[in-house]
Amino acid sequence: MPGDAERGEGSNDPVAVGAGDLSGAGGRSGRVTNEVRHGWRMIGLWVVLSAIADPLFYYLAGPHIPPGTMSNTANGAQFDFNILFIAALPVMLAVWIYMAYAIINWRASRGGPEPVGGPKARSNLPVQMTWIAFTTALVLFLFGFGTYELVQPEGAGGGQGPAPVWTPASHDVLPIQVIGQQWKWTYRYPTFGGFETTDLVVPDHTAIAFHVTSLDVIHDFWVYQLGVKADANPGQDNVAYTTPDQLGSFIVRCDELCGLWHGAMYNSGEVVTPAQFQSWAEATERQLAANTKFLPPFAWTYTPDANGADGGYYPDNVDPYSPVETYGASQPGEPLPATSTTKDKK
Amino acid sequence: MPRVGRLAITLALLAAVAGGLAFAGVNLTSQPTTVDYTSLPGQPVNVTMQTVGSYGSGIHATWVSYMTRTSGGQWLHTTVWQVPAHRRIDVTIYQYDSGSPLRNQQIGMVQGTIGDVATLNGKTFRVINTNAGNGVGHTFSMPSLGINVPLYGNNSNANLCGAAPCSTASPHNIIKFSFMSPGPGTYPWQCFVPCALGFLYGNGGPMQTVGWMDGFMKVVA
Repeated sequence: MPGDAERGEGSNDPVAVGAGDLSGAGGRSGRVTNEVRHGWRMIGLWVVLSAIADPLFYYLAGPHIPPGTMSNTANGAQFDFNILFIAALPVMLAVWIYMAYAIINWRASRGGPEPVGGPKARSNLPVQMTWIAFTTALVLFLFGFGTYELVQPEGAGGGQGPAPVWTPASHDVLPIQVIGQQWKWTYRYPTFGGFETTDLVVPDHTAIAFHVTSLDVIHDFWVYQLGVKADANPGQDNVAYTTPDQLGSFIVRCDELCGLWHGAMYNSGEVVTPAQFQSWAEATERQLAANTKFLPPFAWTYTPDANGADGGYYPDNVDPYSPVETYGASQPGEPLPATSTTKDKK
Repeated sequence: MPRVGRLAITLALLAAVAGGLAFAGVNLTSQPTTVDYTSLPGQPVNVTMQTVGSYGSGIHATWVSYMTRTSGGQWLHTTVWQVPAHRRIDVTIYQYDSGSPLRNQQIGMVQGTIGDVATLNGKTFRVINTNAGNGVGHTFSMPSLGINVPLYGNNSNANLCGAAPCSTASPHNIIKFSFMSPGPGTYPWQCFVPCALGFLYGNGGPMQTVGWMDGFMKVVA
């Protein structure tokens, strides 16, 4: 810790000393030497603490950072979060170290002169250029990293939306339609006869394509542990991919304020082995057969026409028993997904 | 401005603010009456409700609504009731409204009741094809417990009851089902049929209001 001699040396112009003139331009040579020494001390402290803190965070806290590692998308989100935190941690340390160093070394002495501004407090080109270069490089890195992570295969942005720019390479993709309505989620499994259930069961190590839509207002399908979040918009097929990596249960929530019981619009789902999934899906298909035959043909979206829900007010002018009034009746003739081989595995 | 005038304006503003706060407080914290079924001895607990196409009086006379009958036989305009934990709950619903095809036939299926069945006018059923017959008027659904029971509609050409409480002299269907109450807690229930007359998508008004087509089951130890 620098002694009083150092503080006293600049006591006639304490702000100039605090500005940390690394250039050595101007001022007495002794003061410049001290300022340079302060600067390098802070840089040294910063480098050492950053070199310790970053690996500590990455290896100790990183594996526990949300949303965990239950799927490849959750894993990707956790990795991105950790990288961003590692980039931010040295910035935070730089601010803290400078503050602490300044408080310890350049605090006003009791009875000493009040800090005053001056030419040295207004400009220090080398320090400014260093700061601008450093932060510019950091921001450009974050921009590049974030953009790459967004559009790369399995990135948060590339594999989601009505027209994903990326689709899984595997042909063994299990499509699951997610239907939101006030206030619950139901799930249709088109490769298993199109049954619709309130239970969300998915196999691990299998690519899943969630086709998210809504029958009324805007909802948001958020499977926190799987790192999946997609808006459920009426009339829109919003696709989100994931591949579960771990067995276990997860929570499904609505993340878009959607009415009185938005807060109660949640349920749980489960990742099971492919064999267990096959068994569950076939049993459920049989169990729900009596109701499945009354469901509309599977379609990627269901225009919310039924019972006056066609954007008008209930009741509307259309006969409630006409085809257009029946959920999913008038749909574009998109084919059923036939790519999944999950059912064929048995 | 004279001092008296300033004082009067200040007092008037204070009174307006206090009145507004009191109004908001009363309206935001008030809840429909809770029908208490916990004092009834023995098992099972009988919960009786009715659905009516329009309440028929008050500022929301055209709103569709549920009603609940107390153990004393009085119909109350409430959807909040209290039952004991881990007891068999026998529900009877008098359905006085008409029906239509469901927006989502998935809720045309009985789920979460004992045996996954209900009875319609004494006949057991599991599924209603809502694209045929009178369709479904409402549902009794408690998503947190996985309970869903579709309520078959009455013929819309019949002379349906238009003011609550309805009597059995009006056309009606009787739907019965049972379930086991869970542990203590508050469980929301609702109708899943977008049946709100005059509201966008049929989902506003009574569909968003406790005491009409939404309610709570309070379970106590």
